[in-house]
Amino acid sequence: MTLALSGKDIAGKIEKKFPGCVVESAAESLLVKGESLLEIAAYLKNTPGLDFDYLTAVSGVDYLDCFEVVYHLTSLKNNHSLVLKARCYDRANPVLPSVVGLWRTADFQEREIYDLLGISFEGHPNLKRIALWEGFEGHPLRKDFL
Amino acid sequence: METTKTKEIVINTEPFVVNFGPAHPSTHGVFRMRMTLDGEVIMDMEPVFGYLHRGLEKLAEERTYTSCIPLTDRLDYLAPMSNNLAYCLAVEKLAGIAVPERAEYIRVIIAELQRIASHLCAVGFFLNDCGAFMTPVLYMLRERERILDLFDMVCGQRLTYNYMRVGGVSQDIPEEFIPALKKFLKEMPGWLDEYERLLKDNEILLARAKGVGILPRDLAINIGASGPVLRASGVRWDIRRADPYSIYDRFEFDIPVGTAGDCYDRYRVRVEEMRQSLRILRQAIKDLPRGEVRSEVPHLIRPPIGEAYGHLEGPRGELGFYLVSDGSIAPYRFHVRAPTFINLTALADMMRGWKIADAILIFGSIDICMGEVDR
Repeated sequence: MTLALSGKDIAGKIEKKFPGCVVESAAESLLVKGESLLEIAAYLKNTPGLDFDYLTAVSGVDYLDCFEVVYHLTSLKNNHSLVLKARCYDRANPVLPSVVGLWRTADFQEREIYDLLGISFEGHPNLKRIALWEGFEGHPLRKDFL
Repeated sequence: METTKTKEIVINTEPFVVNFGPAHPSTHGVFRMRMTLDGEVIMDMEPVFGYLHRGLEKLAEERTYTSCIPLTDRLDYLAPMSNNLAYCLAVEKLAGIAVPERAEYIRVIIAELQRIASHLCAVGFFLNDCGAFMTPVLYMLRERERILDLFDMVCGQRLTYNYMRVGGVSQDIPEEFIPALKKFLKEMPGWLDEYERLLKDNEILLARAKGVGILPRDLAINIGASGPVLRASGVRWDIRRADPYSIYDRFEFDIPVGTAGDCYDRYRVRVEEMRQSLRILRQAIKDLPRGEVRSEVPHLIRPPIGEAYGHLEGPRGELGFYLVSDGSIAPYRFHVRAPTFINLTALADMMRGWKIADAILIFGSIDICMGEVDR
């Protein structure tokens, strides 16, 4: 059985290393500051004992007051998982750092989120629309798109 | 004797770009590969897709939890039962709904039959791409037809089944199902042996597929590959074993893995997986209990506010549904982690350096389904 690691335990570890970067931690997930997402992700990937070598899924959600991007991380080595989240509040120009440099799985998935929700991923090598065509106006998965 | 001295001619050739598809018989749907070629050799490739984008995730936000099930049929249309099941698992996780024992067994039986049906298509069309035009695929479709007949018995459909329900399955299997399944289980190993005799050591297949389109182990993990593509690269990772859902922890089966991560290994892994599925099926029908096939679930499911990620090992890899509930009758967010969409990330790496003829083979070996990629 894949062990779902508690966000609270991991938050303690991250707080030690990067003070002030964890916004909220619960049993199922861990919410971190957008600007420190990349270094926390690198820490989770490269720390022995955590070894999150596999990024299962990246999903974006529009909560109207903010956008949330959810990273489902798995360690194939230790068979455990973690849900990492980051938010951006600027609706006009939401930006988050890209994790493509760490896990290339994020390549198409971040493009998909950019396409359908309009979140830009800084540092993505090829950020352009993926499902819709260039020139399409708006981002359909936003809750205010009609 | 007079020798002719050949004059060396130096020709500077520019790399040129070719659009392969979107409408091409070997692209398994509407898919475009933008290839940068040096002569016949692929220098770079960029996949372009979205031609079948139907806004499925947006559509789901305006439907009730139950009426989202037919939408999942339209994702991977070669394995709709697996999609149904993955979605139902996610909703059950979100709403905390239990499933009766008999329904769990029926689900496993149906899901494993679906895996065989899907792999038959995958292997058949892969051989088609190899140049074994139509003969192997027709044999395999013949066997797939048997499975479709079985599905027809349980739900009256042959392509979009809409059979699984949140909390069980829509109806019990009919009386004639188990005898028909037993007959199938008796005959199928013989058919698999027949294909193996024809193909396993076939010189042409070996020459075309062995060592072609290698996906190294580390790259396969980094790229998030799953299913036979990941296992062919030597990673023993199967969600049925790693994170057993439903009742998969009760069955004995092996996880076949490849060593080289080439097209041939991906083909081999699929064939071996069919044998393992038959093993699971034999165990499942032996233990099949009597009882209810669906738990008491209200027509309009209102899961508590929260989120859940349900996943399973589909025929093409890890199929996951990320659902967010705001407490209403429709999902607030419905996100599909489509295995072939993510497996496509590795396509350019596998193709670089190979010729156009191999590109078709490599593309066939990752077994994509455009309904799922584009959503």
